[in-house]
Amino acid sequence: MKELDTTMKTALDTVRLARHGKRPTTRDYIDALIDDFIELHGDRRFADDPAMVAGIGFLEGIPVTIMGQQKGRNVKENIRRNFGMAHPEGYRKALRLMLQAERFGRPVITLIDTPGAYPGIGAEERGQAEAIAVNLYEMSGLRVPIVTCVTGEGGSGGALGIAVADRVFMLSNAIYSVISHEGCASILWKDTGRTADAAEALRLTARDLKELKVIDGIIPEPDPGAHEFPAETARRLKKTLLQTLRELLEIDPDALLQQRYMKFRNMGIFANSAGTIL
Amino acid sequence: MLAKLFVKCQQCGTTHFYSFFKHAYFVCSRCGHHFRLDAPTWLKQLCDRGSFQELDGNLKSLDPLGFPKYESKLAQATQQTGANEAVMTGVGEIDGYPAAMAVMEPNFIMASMGSVVGEKITRLLEYAALNKLPVLMVISSGGARMQEGILSLMQMAKTAAAIRRLHESRMPLITVLTDPTTGGVTASFAMLGDISIAEAGALIGFAGPRVIQQTIGQKLPEGFQRAEFLLEHGMLDIVVPRKNLKKTIVTILKIHRSRPYTRRPQYFN
Repeated sequence: MKELDTTMKTALDTVRLARHGKRPTTRDYIDALIDDFIELHGDRRFADDPAMVAGIGFLEGIPVTIMGQQKGRNVKENIRRNFGMAHPEGYRKALRLMLQAERFGRPVITLIDTPGAYPGIGAEERGQAEAIAVNLYEMSGLRVPIVTCVTGEGGSGGALGIAVADRVFMLSNAIYSVISHEGCASILWKDTGRTADAAEALRLTARDLKELKVIDGIIPEPDPGAHEFPAETARRLKKTLLQTLRELLEIDPDALLQQRYMKFRNMGIFANSAGTIL
Repeated sequence: MLAKLFVKCQQCGTTHFYSFFKHAYFVCSRCGHHFRLDAPTWLKQLCDRGSFQELDGNLKSLDPLGFPKYESKLAQATQQTGANEAVMTGVGEIDGYPAAMAVMEPNFIMASMGSVVGEKITRLLEYAALNKLPVLMVISSGGARMQEGILSLMQMAKTAAAIRRLHESRMPLITVLTDPTTGGVTASFAMLGDISIAEAGALIGFAGPRVIQQTIGQKLPEGFQRAEFLLEHGMLDIVVPRKNLKKTIVTILKIHRSRPYTRRPQYFN
């Protein structure tokens, strides 16, 4: 990997980096970014979801609420963290703490690293779809600044469920997609051998998303990636988060919400019957 | 058309006379199976004759990612269904009550949501917010449209945010979830109805049953993700047989027509 220039990387190479076993997890970033972090637990309805970590602390003296999906470092921890796939409780905990942040005028930072929301029996019984839908709805009206960074895998609705933000960034080796390339190849082509094609076709790298105007910026990881230089990656992430928050904290809530609405309102590419691209 | 003389129920195999079947709202009289309906048929069943006016019918999908075979898939879907996208939106009257309406096309690339579906739903919600109209959505969907990648995913955020606009003008969203409603559509506007109605037996979920079965490696319980199952788990307001659907919708529209207590709550300022 080392000799490869970033421009030579295939989409599948990026996917592998985004899922790299030594890639820093959400908790690693929180520990590097946040002073006096206190983790807060539970959705007050059913359970605490270890696949979603959330809490409060200081980012360079600014009180913040920070949260994200948490993967494990080894098999044992991954089982406890459910490989970073949250249940409805995870999304409801996230929402509870976002509303708490709003109440006390604290900005919200979310870090995205999940293969997706968990597809299981309990998750469906307790309303996985409803939990995500309500988060999208509530985040679009949350009256404090929200900044998101996709640090690893941005897996579909499970990622978006905490990613309706004023500014969305991606680390340079992160991915963000509507479906995994494996899922895409299997559903669309019934061919699990075509995952590399699917990874290209989905346009899931940071550069693709910037081109499609879905994200605001790319935070470059030192070569060959965050797994080799976690501290430097965290330093760059912190710099971007701080600069962005300082800018957003100056905006009135009504203007902030209007801008957030328009940001997502303008996403999508289509035409009218005259062929004009809108 | 010979094909239209008889229909066979996909569930129990009973053969019905088409003309009788049509009057039975396309529900099997033997097993109660609700057939999937296209948007024009839904509108005919629900709207007062001649009252429906389509909005944004001129929006068309592009191929923003250059996704393999997407363009031919779109052309094929248009040819097969006669529709130009997976949702039809507009305004109409139901027993004299005006409403903004969106009806999905189950056979148009599985009524998946790409940029056009997201845009049409959003425009409808904004139109209804501006013109103070309640919104009725008849939903079915396979989820976000893979061929438009991340742009499809973003339609979830866009439509959910637009429902907020509808609520700011204090208008209700009534959703009718039909078979099947899954994926990104369920995890956005389909689960945000003020009143959620589902058709009997409809499959409604976030992940599809096949994906869940693969993930957990065990058989799914009987009736899992069916409308009755969701009702039991508190995820829906009512499950209504199709013959009573219009009556139920009219009553809901009627209840929302007047507002006895007019003081504005503070939570939206």
